[in-house]
Amino acid sequence: MSQTLAPTDVVIVGLGAAGGIAALPLAEAGLEVVGLEAGTRLTRRDFAPDEIRNNIRDWPQAVQKANHEVPTQRPNANAPTTRAASHPMMNGVGGTTLHYWAQSWRLNPWDFTVASETVRRYGRSRLPGGTTVEDWPFGYDELEPYYDKVEWETGVAGRAGNIKGTLDPQGNVFEGPRQRDYPMPPLRGTGFTDLMAAAARGLGWKPFAGPAQINSRTYQDRSPCMYHGFCNRGGCHVDAKNGTSVTTIPRAEKTGRFRVVTRAHVTTIDVDARGRATAVRYVTDGQEFVQPARVILLAAYVYENVRLLLLSRSRAFPKGLSNNHGQVGRHYLSHAQTGSVTALFPFNLNTWYGLPAQGTAVDDFADDNFDHAPLDFIGGGNLWVYSDRRPIGAANMPTFGRAPAWGSAWKAFVREHADRVNTAYLQKTTLPYESNYLDLDPEVKDPLGFPVIRITADYQENERRLNTFIQDRMEQWYRAAGAVQVQRNPLGTMGPTTHAYGGTRMGDNPETNVVNRWGFSHEVPNLGLLGGSVMGTSGARNPTLTLQALAWRTADHLVKNWKSVAD
Amino acid sequence: MITRRDLLKVAGAAAAAGAAPSARVDGAEAPLSLPNLDRNGTEHPDVSSGVADVQQAGSREPLLALTADEHDLLTAIVGRLIPADAGGPGAVEAGAVTYIDRALAGPLSGSREAYRRGLAALERYARSSRGGSFRELAPTDQDSLLIDVETGAATGSGAGFDGSSAVFFALLRAHTWQGTFGDPYYGGNRNFVGWDLIGYPGVRLAVTPDDQRLGQLPPRLRRSAYDNDQFHRA
Repeated sequence: MSQTLAPTDVVIVGLGAAGGIAALPLAEAGLEVVGLEAGTRLTRRDFAPDEIRNNIRDWPQAVQKANHEVPTQRPNANAPTTRAASHPMMNGVGGTTLHYWAQSWRLNPWDFTVASETVRRYGRSRLPGGTTVEDWPFGYDELEPYYDKVEWETGVAGRAGNIKGTLDPQGNVFEGPRQRDYPMPPLRGTGFTDLMAAAARGLGWKPFAGPAQINSRTYQDRSPCMYHGFCNRGGCHVDAKNGTSVTTIPRAEKTGRFRVVTRAHVTTIDVDARGRATAVRYVTDGQEFVQPARVILLAAYVYENVRLLLLSRSRAFPKGLSNNHGQVGRHYLSHAQTGSVTALFPFNLNTWYGLPAQGTAVDDFADDNFDHAPLDFIGGGNLWVYSDRRPIGAANMPTFGRAPAWGSAWKAFVREHADRVNTAYLQKTTLPYESNYLDLDPEVKDPLGFPVIRITADYQENERRLNTFIQDRMEQWYRAAGAVQVQRNPLGTMGPTTHAYGGTRMGDNPETNVVNRWGFSHEVPNLGLLGGSVMGTSGARNPTLTLQALAWRTADHLVKNWKSVAD
Repeated sequence: MITRRDLLKVAGAAAAAGAAPSARVDGAEAPLSLPNLDRNGTEHPDVSSGVADVQQAGSREPLLALTADEHDLLTAIVGRLIPADAGGPGAVEAGAVTYIDRALAGPLSGSREAYRRGLAALERYARSSRGGSFRELAPTDQDSLLIDVETGAATGSGAGFDGSSAVFFALLRAHTWQGTFGDPYYGGNRNFVGWDLIGYPGVRLAVTPDDQRLGQLPPRLRRSAYDNDQFHRA
């Protein structure tokens, strides 16, 4: 028997990177907000420097709701499905901002206008066949104030490369113009990242320290980063990582108008006869609750946003909520984060400590920062090297054909080389295609009996050519820094990932997009979508800051247009 | 308070319900399926007999999951994977088998059956292909046998490996590496021999700019993550 709760102004489903941001401007504006979160609260005491727990046993992700809902995957509609053992995202107040890398990039202006700029600069024939890419409904300039807002409200460390058109070669000169600098200087360099930066400059490239949502100095009364090496899939033991659990969520709670409900397993969204969203249903310990609200914001990661819509069928929406145009689950893409390059150096690098966000970036080959006329692909990649290693990971280093995988010869090899290996993180543009989409798996269900998401997606020729091009550049960089051997790692498949996009794409045309330019459903005016699911392009960099800027913008729109959205 | 028995019950129930995903290809274990418990203020099962305890290599602790025969066979195997040699102690001295035994009684319980069947198959393969018990073979024969298991060449031998013998080898290797190079809290990496082997300077809670320079390593620290009282225990 379900229990109906007192109505509220806004209910947010999911308190991670996006939902945790939106709560603050809404509560500060005087709205009563309920946040439903499937996970629990974690604190710095939960974040021990423990590689077995964090990196081997996937804690804290392993104990989460999401892990019972791992999507199935297949490269195309004719292939059999497989299923990964675990989900890359976690539940918890703060969501994946608890254990993420915290690289906090603005998209390049080109990423908002991929379709029109490609046609303008190279001709229509250069748009890859089958792509469904569209320009965003607005450009970088429209999002800039919200990027700035999130950078300052949460705390991002970095070095500006373009302030109102004035370039600074110490920063990223390829970034879009920003109204002011970052609130903190970048995380410090290391001997190794300095070596790599010098090698890049020797090649005529423009290296810089990348931006991180991590304190490089005391910020908002929280500690600076301790660089201890365990925040890659772990939380911060000194609260220096500026996830929403230590920034916007506690501030929203202090208003007295934001109530966090943990262990709330949301199942469906109710609609009335007019087709307006009326309430969210969730289950805690077998008890069903109904939370009525005048506005509902879904912020439950790409896979779960799409799943909740598809599971919420009604007379008004027989194919799923907001899916009368058949666009829910379409325009799905996931970042080509794989296809990394690993290098062996003839000297020790001393990269035992640090964090994935403590690195050197090269953007010379990202986005449309270089001429693609003589090339056979569009888009590009961000080259990123960083200082981060833990002992089990180190002992599992590749042996580059120089030693077997075990035994005395292996032991002698690893004794000499454990500190001589480095792997670059290479994020490349991925485009949306007609053949890449999400839907409900016809067979696999979660423990409550609801179907899980099925991913049908594969990299296309554009992504494969781009991957080879970027691996060539990375090998060139490593060798310039003294590497004696380089290994290219495979691009792999498009399974569940931390960098998923689309499925509820944002755009002015309701025939091809689920939400309008403000993030609200074309079909259900009081239903908003937050997170990477509204993004139509990936750029060549981590999505978090962009989806947070979008979440703030959607919340801002709601505050300014409360009556027209809520009534 | 959650007892270890409760933990095992939950894990067992989850596995029985099919909720525990199968082992990954890379040999890392399936995630433990626990209900969402508020970790604040709850006590956590202490699956360690204490990080400070330094056990004598070779002495037998009470086994939690493995039989005595399995323990002895596994000891012989990990002694070849990371042998003690002129380059220092290996997986046996690190206590990798203790790590695996404890883990099989807890978070890795989903792999218990794979060990039972895999070790039995490996021993049968030793007898059929090399004419003797694995533990009695010469080290070179042990190594050549392990190569058969690693490459999958032992698969069709009739010894009874589940699927490819390479899958069992990958599991053994992954867990042996965890037990040799993981935090000593979990029963392995005894006396920090694994971290000494690869030159890891140890767990630090704060790292200075000097600690990250080229050409110089910070002094080695020998402590577990949980020697710091500030953390909830795993």
